[in-house]
Amino acid sequence: MIPEIGHFALITAMVISGIQGIVPLLGASTGSNRWVNTAIPLTRTNWLFMLISFVCLTYSFITNDFSVIYVASNSNTEMPLIFRISAVWGAHEGSLLLWALILSSWAAAVSVFNKGIPPVVLARVLSVMGLIGVGFMSFMLFTSNPFTRLFPAPLQGRSLNPLLQDFGLAIHPPMLYMGYVGLSVAFSFAVAAMIGGKLDAAWARWSRPWTNIAWVFLTFGIALGSWWAYYELGWGGWWFWDPVENASLMPWFIATALIHSLAVTEKRGAFKAWTVLLAIFAFSLSLLGTFLVRSGVLTSVHAFATDPGRGLFILFFLVAVVGSSLTLFAWRAPKLRSSGTFAMNSRETALLLNNVILVVMCTTVLLGTLFPLITDALNVGKYSVGPPYFNTMMVPLAIPLFFVMGLGLMMRWKRDIAIRLIKKMWWVMVLALMAAILLPLLWIPDFNFLTGLGLLMASWVALATLFWIVGQGKSPFKQPLANWGAMIAHIGMAVSITGITLVSVYNAEQDIRLEPGQAYELSGYSFKFEGVEQLQGPNYTGQQGTVVVSFGDKVISTMYPQKRNYGPGSMPMTEAGIDPGLFRDLFVALGEDLGGGSWSLRVYHKPFLRWVWLGAILMSIGGILAAADKRYRKLAMRDEANLQQAVSV
Amino acid sequence: MTPARKRRLYMILLLVGGVGIAAALIFQALQENMNLYYEPVRVVKGEAPIDHNFRMGGMVVEDSIQRDEGSLTVRFGVTDYQETVTVNYTGILPDLFREGQGIITLGRLDTEGNFIAEEVLAKHDENYMPPEVAASLEAAKAAGLETEK
Repeated sequence: MIPEIGHFALITAMVISGIQGIVPLLGASTGSNRWVNTAIPLTRTNWLFMLISFVCLTYSFITNDFSVIYVASNSNTEMPLIFRISAVWGAHEGSLLLWALILSSWAAAVSVFNKGIPPVVLARVLSVMGLIGVGFMSFMLFTSNPFTRLFPAPLQGRSLNPLLQDFGLAIHPPMLYMGYVGLSVAFSFAVAAMIGGKLDAAWARWSRPWTNIAWVFLTFGIALGSWWAYYELGWGGWWFWDPVENASLMPWFIATALIHSLAVTEKRGAFKAWTVLLAIFAFSLSLLGTFLVRSGVLTSVHAFATDPGRGLFILFFLVAVVGSSLTLFAWRAPKLRSSGTFAMNSRETALLLNNVILVVMCTTVLLGTLFPLITDALNVGKYSVGPPYFNTMMVPLAIPLFFVMGLGLMMRWKRDIAIRLIKKMWWVMVLALMAAILLPLLWIPDFNFLTGLGLLMASWVALATLFWIVGQGKSPFKQPLANWGAMIAHIGMAVSITGITLVSVYNAEQDIRLEPGQAYELSGYSFKFEGVEQLQGPNYTGQQGTVVVSFGDKVISTMYPQKRNYGPGSMPMTEAGIDPGLFRDLFVALGEDLGGGSWSLRVYHKPFLRWVWLGAILMSIGGILAAADKRYRKLAMRDEANLQQAVSV
Repeated sequence: MTPARKRRLYMILLLVGGVGIAAALIFQALQENMNLYYEPVRVVKGEAPIDHNFRMGGMVVEDSIQRDEGSLTVRFGVTDYQETVTVNYTGILPDLFREGQGIITLGRLDTEGNFIAEEVLAKHDENYMPPEVAASLEAAKAAGLETEK
């Protein structure tokens, strides 16, 4: 009964989405207030039905209702409750339901937090979100229904892929979807502006907080995925340039460009058409990511079990969304004329450079990801593009990006003078150079050009940002939240790039064969293998090894890497033993049983790895602070806001 | 030329120059890092490059796994049911690596026609078969060869 309610609620939500997509939009164009005012109630009712649908599916999982095919395929009675719940979004159909729920939720949020937005604009925004909702809901109802029944119902379900039975992976998709779908809000605002023919500073002010928060979720979701891959899957790797990882990174690049471009549109009325284009591409890349993951065209660990029919549906949807928004853009571009000019030497140029570099980064990743697909489709050959391509491309692009990042905060809008900047900043550069060269010489045995480069970029940005905050002339506690947000986020970038540089250059790994009692030395740490014993868990059996790590004479930690078996029909899982630390991670994974008690093991020493994710957390905090800035909330304090705008970002 | 036009010209030149550099870098990086896929039958025919990494995939031949004592080197055969290539790999094999399963490996040929693998990838769940391996199995089936063992 419950699955039927869920199914019916989904259908209802789709119908409401359809009405939501048409009526307010027509009302806005014909000037009918009644129709315009239906937007908010429709949006909230839509959300209510989506929630009912999702709760029904979750209930089916919790109560082990195996008459629903999706539940039977992804869950069984022996799985712990928390994983039965996260199994709801563990495979294709359920994850789409989550996507659609999140979409309705964002729309409902916009229907609540919209102070100062004229009803006509709001109606258009909510309508566009409704239309997107129709697309996803019909995709589900026609090709990927989570509520399909199975008669006779099996007594026991299959299992959730053991890889997914893990807390990190339970929250990674929801966070990422919050980001992907959040970009649809920016997209809807852009489309609404184009339809209305008006794009001004007020529009940018409405868009910015939503875009910032979507960006925060995307950043956090990507970092979570990297962290999860490290401890669960990647044999110590934290980023593989896997097509699905790239699918999340590309919208992130564009979203980062978008939040900076919005700043220019809000402050200076420039970059209008460009901002709209970025909003379109950010969301389009989210949809492209969805297509790549679910259509079966990619060879990847992330690829869902697939069906060409689904791939085709998403492809059509993607083409429809991108095609119609770009057509709208072409038609309305004359109305998006930017006022305001700026000199070559100005903050606008710095932000333009930021945008250009980020777009080029995105394009190189896009090319590397799609190249295998294109060559295969054209029958030129079956190519794959390896990580070295991406790593080679990112470094030369990152250098000018970080240089501008440090400089940009100090630059004046509209026109700045080179001499003024040099006079103010030269000593910051000297300090950064000293940090980049002296610190490694003191602490790192083998200095390396790349290390120096990475540390230089990091210290330049960190010092320049601190210099900027202090140089505002007011106590930091009296400065607007937007300034705090910018400071923390940019310092987060510096922390991440430090982690990336150091872990990439000084990462030590080795595959070894050890007998019980034997030890191996890596980077000064001694890894002593103490043998393997049998293991029993709630829904798995396996083997557990013991490895004692010492540095010199001191024992640092004991690690218990495991190999688990989750029952017939599932693959063996390797649980690594990790000793985490702020400045280094030690990592041991069991390889294979080589007989006679000896095993192959993989050991790692990873310096500063956690800084990569720490930086991402700082960036997320920065984004939240920036979105919470007063000027987005209080309309009455217009004068104070204007004053703050002059000194803040 | 007015100052505004001059500025626009510089911007455009800068953009074109930047795009040119980016394109050159991309082509360079792609050239060195593209890995073409070859089936064992084509490798045996001599179509695969000698001095360059490439990917090869197929099924692991039953009873062909040999381990070196005291080291992590392992030798096994990879076949597409038309030809078989011997693969040498030093390191830990992935969890799902088993005889009779589909794998993809990355590496290069040595002078004796053995494949020295840098990386061995096995499929990640029972239902997944890498598209390339599936395609070559289809081709073998079409040629009337037996693909089930």
